[in-house]
Amino acid sequence: MSETTFDGKFGDYGGQYVPEALMPAIEELNDAYERYVLGNEDGFMDEFRRRLRDFGGRPTPTQHAERLSERYGREVYLKREDLLHGGAHKLNNALGQVLLAKYMGKERIVAETGAGQHGTATAMAAAHLDMPCEVYMGERDINRQRPNVFRMRLNGSEVNPVTVGRGTLKEAISETMRDWATNVEDTHYVIGSVVGPHPFPAMVRDFQSVISEEARAQMREKTDGLPDSVLACAGGGSNTMGAFAEFVDDDGVGLYAVEAGGSSLDVDEEAGVAPNSASLSTGSEGVLHGARTKLLQDRDGQIMESHSVSSGLDYAGVGPELAHLVDEGRVTAVNVDDDAALTAFHRLSQLEGVIPALETAHAFAYLEENHDELGETVLVNVSGRGDKDLESVIEETSKRDIDIAPDMDAFAGGF
Amino acid sequence: MGNPALDAAFEGGAAFVPYLAAGDPDFDSSLEYVEALERGGADVIELGLPFSEPVAEGPTIQEAVVRSLEGGMTPDRFFEFVEALDVEVPLVCMTYYNLIYRYGDEEGPRPFVEKAAEVGLSGFVVPDLPAEEADPLREACDEFGLDLVFIVAPTTEGDRLDRIMERVSGYVYVQARLGVTGAQDDVSGQTESSLDRLAEYDVPKAVGFGIKTGDHAERIVAAGADGIIVGSALVDIVAEGHEDDEDAETVAARLEEKARELKEGAERGLAQRAPEAERT
Ligand SMILES: Cc1ncc(COP(=O)(O)O)c(C=O)c1O
Repeated sequence: MSETTFDGKFGDYGGQYVPEALMPAIEELNDAYERYVLGNEDGFMDEFRRRLRDFGGRPTPTQHAERLSERYGREVYLKREDLLHGGAHKLNNALGQVLLAKYMGKERIVAETGAGQHGTATAMAAAHLDMPCEVYMGERDINRQRPNVFRMRLNGSEVNPVTVGRGTLKEAISETMRDWATNVEDTHYVIGSVVGPHPFPAMVRDFQSVISEEARAQMREKTDGLPDSVLACAGGGSNTMGAFAEFVDDDGVGLYAVEAGGSSLDVDEEAGVAPNSASLSTGSEGVLHGARTKLLQDRDGQIMESHSVSSGLDYAGVGPELAHLVDEGRVTAVNVDDDAALTAFHRLSQLEGVIPALETAHAFAYLEENHDELGETVLVNVSGRGDKDLESVIEETSKRDIDIAPDMDAFAGGF
Repeated sequence: MGNPALDAAFEGGAAFVPYLAAGDPDFDSSLEYVEALERGGADVIELGLPFSEPVAEGPTIQEAVVRSLEGGMTPDRFFEFVEALDVEVPLVCMTYYNLIYRYGDEEGPRPFVEKAAEVGLSGFVVPDLPAEEADPLREACDEFGLDLVFIVAPTTEGDRLDRIMERVSGYVYVQARLGVTGAQDDVSGQTESSLDRLAEYDVPKAVGFGIKTGDHAERIVAAGADGIIVGSALVDIVAEGHEDDEDAETVAARLEEKARELKEGAERGLAQRAPEAERT
């Protein structure tokens, strides 16, 4: 596992840049993180692992992907986080944090969500552990991800639409911070990725590192060795850090964080819009939502509106530890565009019978384009399943000429 | 540490510290609005330099930020704004750390602070910069003779309070209640206990968050505050004027009148306190 210094800095990145009203809560959380998560006080980690197993369905398999292996002339393995309860890796973190909030004696959960996947996981964990929960979600994302909105409501959570700005993840995070600052004495903010002020980036990574812990053992069992490379898509970077954490010290394993290249890597400074969400590939250093990290921002330091066909990657920042590992040269930041991701979505569905989340499809698009450079054995983290994305896929596919896709007009209207 | 202008502004004992977002809704009207606040009795003015993600602000100021940014406000325009203002009272820049950090050719706060000193600003309030992360900005402020104001929340106590008080200068911003900015219908009960906790520290205490009327101002100063900070109640006037398409002069007159109400309230509060002070 990569090192965290005492003050929560990863090189120059990280830190705690939040309103004063939140600082005592963050100190309290840091104390709880050190005691319960790092120190297993009161058997917290034992209970977390038991619930991940019994409620979450862990361990998830590492599957040999036969047709992809054949296609690329190398051995491709899939870490199947899409088989986790809720359909994405997000439950690892949500369950960990809601349980921690219980141990801390908190009475209420708030969370933000982009794709709705983190909101869904938090709503499930909150129902499972009997905690009231409110989720903030950008209005635009509510329209893109209706099935997840229904799921959150079904689990008993409130979904609060956020209308400011472009109505995506960035605005939802700001709004959740406001709620937290107002209700900080009895409320815990379950942040959805390895972002935000310390201890969140380290803590979320620890909860997610079960992915690479299992994958490492499963790869050893199946191949007698470690993969040559590990691929994971990067929005905030939680499935990325989870898939990488236990491989960081294995120098022979290449780690690839695949970002959303959107429709283009160019930015419109004047309009404050980046048509991508590739903050590792194209961003610059700054301070957002509690941490110093790499951001999509204009010359003055105003945060840009980002874009991706997948709402879970549509964020102008990225986790500080990932930014640091990229600067150090340990992780390679790459990106693929919307078209390639959509095409990969169809390809994986057809070749392997696995319908991936649009986020995950980015990792497969990179595999398609660059398999020659990835070595003999490649592990791809399937961060989530694509059920939530079907409406977006129909709409986005019908706008494009994707020759391997089924005829989407046949679905339109009849869906 | 710090700059004499703010000390002088708090000498009267009941300082009125209004906030407006610079450039809301446009550069020229905003100049008139800020100048009207001085005519109405402002002792210090907090000028917001808008950031795209104002996490400490409620809806009123969030919307002001959007209007100002849409009107083309940038850090350089902000410095031009300060230079164009015709006011005597000290000005404090309220903004988020990323804008300070990114300004100029080098990363870090120094170029921004240097420029701020050049245009005549007296200090900063940076709501997302806790004491733990503030040393680089504190050093730059010391170098250029500017104040760094910190916010103390109802939840701030113990070591954290000491850490803040070691670094603060000018005045301490006492956050009257938890949450984000926004005008309220009553004064928070948390104010008095916050003032009690701060009593031993020798720096002016200005209370903000939620103050809306002269009556609120009176009660807060009577409770021992050295000043009151008012943002949303004034921004509301700007917003209404903008929505109703009123001319800047009319809106400025209303701001001046509101400022006077708040300043007079603060002075009434001080008058209530004075006899008691003489007795002890
Ligand atoms: C399936 C899936 N993968 C990836 C992500 C991106 O988040 P992160 O980069 O934190 O893993 C999301 C976010 O919603 C998601 O739902």
